[in-house]
Amino acid sequence: MALSEQEILSGLAEIVNEETGLEPEEVQMDKSFTEDLDIDSLSMMTIVVNAEDKFGVRIPDDEVKNLTHVKDAVTYISNHQG
Amino acid sequence: MSTKTLAAPAGLRHARIHGLGGYRPERVVTNEEVIQFIDSSDEWIRQRSGIATRHVAAAEETVIDMAEAAAREAIAHAGVAPEQIGAVLIATVTHPFQTPAAAPELAHRLQIPNPAAFDLSAACAGYCYGISLANDMVRAGTVDYVLVVGVEKLSDFTDKYDRGTAFIFGDGAGAAVVGVSDYPGIGPTLWGSLGDQRDVITQRESWTELREEMESTGREQAVAWPSFVMQGQSVFRWAVYSMAPVAVEAVHAAGITADDLDAFVPHQANMRITDAMIKALKLPEHVPVARDIAETGNTSAASIPLAMSRMLAEGEAPHGGLALQIGFGAGLVYAAQVVVMP
Repeated sequence: MALSEQEILSGLAEIVNEETGLEPEEVQMDKSFTEDLDIDSLSMMTIVVNAEDKFGVRIPDDEVKNLTHVKDAVTYISNHQG
Repeated sequence: MSTKTLAAPAGLRHARIHGLGGYRPERVVTNEEVIQFIDSSDEWIRQRSGIATRHVAAAEETVIDMAEAAAREAIAHAGVAPEQIGAVLIATVTHPFQTPAAAPELAHRLQIPNPAAFDLSAACAGYCYGISLANDMVRAGTVDYVLVVGVEKLSDFTDKYDRGTAFIFGDGAGAAVVGVSDYPGIGPTLWGSLGDQRDVITQRESWTELREEMESTGREQAVAWPSFVMQGQSVFRWAVYSMAPVAVEAVHAAGITADDLDAFVPHQANMRITDAMIKALKLPEHVPVARDIAETGNTSAASIPLAMSRMLAEGEAPHGGLALQIGFGAGLVYAAQVVVMP
């Protein structure tokens, strides 16, 4: 069964927490990965790979640059979950 | 038709690395110097790459000069005479001549009499490719000793204004003498290539494209030097998540477990790649990890022998111990093997 956006957000927040130590509550839909959460390009790649594993989606390298905000990632995962 | 059978060497022999050598150019370049040309900071560079300094060759210092310094040390360490060396192999992508190769001149300078000598283009995997070839050449009985050198003068091909690469690369050379042995000293090599990923790390334009530009703009017009460019995020993902399983497989193929390792010497690409690889590999905590990149930067084909030499010199890894080494880079290409450290 497909996960809700809220479930994806909370799963993503756990991944971000594991990579960066940021509190999961700080990972909110309107936050920018780089500007607000201070996540650099290499950490972003680790988060992407872990998100692929967790949600069973494929996020190509070319797509990663479009995922500037948390909501972009949540929407992408939501639209591509199998 | 002749019915004669050709002479061939007897059955397979064992091979190992008999000696290692390294050379870092004298000039140390700090992050402060690098950021004169890019919008960055010492802290940013250290955080993104773990690099504090890199060594840069003098303008007149060539790839062959650096290779010679490292090779002399490796040959002395191995305790072999130049006449015993039957092949000289240089892994490099920065020897600035399309032809001739660097290896023949190096052999001449070292007074190695009439060896097979050639260069190998496998970027940051070049040294591990070379070790694999040398192992096969010695094992098959083609030659008794092979000099393998990984050397780069990346400063010649780095765009100092490119924020993505300017701080990463350094110059240097590392060398190994591979030769006959009473016991197996080089495990099976796991290697491969992904040619569809050729653009991920590449020389920006080919020489022929440069010629077209020069001819169309007139010889007086300066053309842009074809520096190396890299898609950092893609390289990071590939290096960490695709190379970790290769490293695991190389350990397995050598008939040991990660617990048996005395050192992990990945290509010194970026400290963040090394850290993420350790995590992905689930490397036991007791295994020391090469971190030469902090002071030497990423020296492509030279990084593994330089890093291993340092670990041995500083007593961080034991002579005779088992090291997992893995090179990966432009191509994309990769190679991993477990070796007994000399």
